Amino acid sequence: MTEARPFPLNAWYAAAWSHEIKHELAARTICNKDMVLYRRSDGQVTALEDACWHRLLPLSMGHLKGDEVVCGYHGLVFNAAGRCTYMPAQKTINPSACVRAYPVAERHRLVWVWPGDPALADPSKIPDFHWNDGTEWVGEGGTFYSLKCDYRLVIDNLMDLTHETYVHAGSIGDEAITSAPFDVTHTDRTATVTRWMTNIEPPPFWAKQLDRPGEHVDRWQIIYFQAPSTVVGDVGVAVTGTGAPQGDRSQGVNGAFLAAITPETDRSCHYFWNFVRTFRTDDEQLTKDINKAHVNEGKGVYDQDHVVLEAQQVAIDKNPRLPFYNLNIDAGALWARKLIDTMLEAEGGHPVHIPSEAAE
Amino acid sequence: MSKQVEWRKGVLRSVRDLTPDIRLFEIEPEGEFVAPTPGSHINVGVQIGERADVRSYSVVGPCTDGLYRIAVKRLPESRGGSLYMWSLVPGAQLSISTPGNHFDLSLGRPEYLLLAGGIGITPIYTMALALAHAGAKFRVLYACRSRQDMALADAMREHVGERLQMFLDEEGARVDHDSEIARLAPGGELYVCGPIGMLEAAKRAWQRSGRPVDQLRFETFGNSGRFATEAFKVKIPRLGMEVEVPPNKTMLETLETAGVAMISDCRRGECGLCALYIIETNGTVDHRDVFFSDEEKAENRKLCTCVSRVAGGDITIDTADRAA
Repeated sequence: MTEARPFPLNAWYAAAWSHEIKHELAARTICNKDMVLYRRSDGQVTALEDACWHRLLPLSMGHLKGDEVVCGYHGLVFNAAGRCTYMPAQKTINPSACVRAYPVAERHRLVWVWPGDPALADPSKIPDFHWNDGTEWVGEGGTFYSLKCDYRLVIDNLMDLTHETYVHAGSIGDEAITSAPFDVTHTDRTATVTRWMTNIEPPPFWAKQLDRPGEHVDRWQIIYFQAPSTVVGDVGVAVTGTGAPQGDRSQGVNGAFLAAITPETDRSCHYFWNFVRTFRTDDEQLTKDINKAHVNEGKGVYDQDHVVLEAQQVAIDKNPRLPFYNLNIDAGALWARKLIDTMLEAEGGHPVHIPSEAAE
Repeated sequence: MSKQVEWRKGVLRSVRDLTPDIRLFEIEPEGEFVAPTPGSHINVGVQIGERADVRSYSVVGPCTDGLYRIAVKRLPESRGGSLYMWSLVPGAQLSISTPGNHFDLSLGRPEYLLLAGGIGITPIYTMALALAHAGAKFRVLYACRSRQDMALADAMREHVGERLQMFLDEEGARVDHDSEIARLAPGGELYVCGPIGMLEAAKRAWQRSGRPVDQLRFETFGNSGRFATEAFKVKIPRLGMEVEVPPNKTMLETLETAGVAMISDCRRGECGLCALYIIETNGTVDHRDVFFSDEEKAENRKLCTCVSRVAGGDITIDTADRAA
């Protein structure tokens, strides 16, 4: 594992929503590794290398027979451990015939895979994503599969929300975001950006959720990054003067944006997103409306991000020698990248920066 | 799937004798170090007389310090790779590959039984250390001729303690495969590396136990057979040829050198591509492959020329050549 790459391999990455993986073959590319996923009859999920040992045809083009995968070319059969259990026209099985089986775990309504050294795959290292469990916090999200940008561009996007003012004007954007100070703190695996905007007029989305016409609010955005690639944004507003900055959010509404961003290739990613809330949790129409506010045939807020992120990657690819310059607002993103680089160095990889190198 | 290996230069840093005929080699690769996984081997370029050849040796231990360790048993009767290795002194320049793995250790099983015979200890030792490190439940059964042949036993005991059990021929100790397999937890796996007799006994016992075939893992090494390695003649009436296979070459190599068109892939008795039909033999075919089943070996219709040999006589074979 010495090649230059932008993502650590020794990490858990979301590969699918739990409901997407059934007793059938599903192909995913995670960190440049082609995998085939399926749910076994005991309910557990298997992830195998998606290339037959024999002639490399993707196993995802074959079919399941019981809990084993039958290659769609010459009928070699591989079990859930990736071992060949049948070869045509011979009495024995070549003992080296295996495909790689990747460690898999299901948690927080997502299927997570570990593309790196299986000996290090400890399920306790799965990012804390409990907001997505569908219990205390409620919401239904989705996935941008094969989003055409380096996964770190999505992290940059979420770690600094001043972009809301310009990309999402008219919904959650507000001039106040660009003028409010913020704090950035970190541990060895997490970075947190905290921004409070006190005594402001709520932006349209939040004014509607709070439903307290005429009141000024205190608005918060507390963005929590867990290396290498999950982001949880604790966001909301409360009536000004009711103590939200001190910890009493009872006169407010609280949501959280959730992002599990999985590198697909060096220049594409799968973006598992959700927006969950603790208010009006049994209002199914609101759940649908919020989902639609994010992704709606190009008109949702995440559709707006999607356009920006892919255009940004195109520009980077066209100008490979141009550096990124950093602003004060990028502190959260820079901490996130530093933690990713630390993980990469720990596994002997060389961080690849986008663009190629920072300005000297 | 095993990754494609890359060749690079290496320097022999030190040698140390583990037993009178097993020597440990520490090799420092040039360029970046690719860490081996348990069960890995590296390929080493060897010189057999005038001829350049390649041998694969299991990596010994986790090699976290950037040096590859391999152990080579001196086999004067064999094809010459071991004698070449034993001629090397520290500082020697080598051509080596990055690690490949045909004998992967899968983690997360309820229990493991590791079975090693003789020099077959090399991958088993590395696996035992990895399982101990992972906190897995396992036992190691290590069979050797005599106490002085026990390579790596003391080093392994330091890591695995009483989970290592020795079986010495000189003391009359034998591994009882059936009862050892019966003790293994359901879903547990057996990993075997040793001479073909041990491997076949383990395979038969595994089959008798009714356990899933894929939970028996083994690595072949084509040097060992049921009979001593000796020269034998090969007659090929179709081509009007007769060649002699010397002790230090395989039948496949001999046929290739003689200009017989052959196909092959693994060259260690697994894939079956180099197999030819046996017309007759006045000796005993020493089937050293794992491609043919016991029944097929008993039928003696074909043999894998990359590893199998003839003892006590000669053999007449047919090739696929239809131009002659």
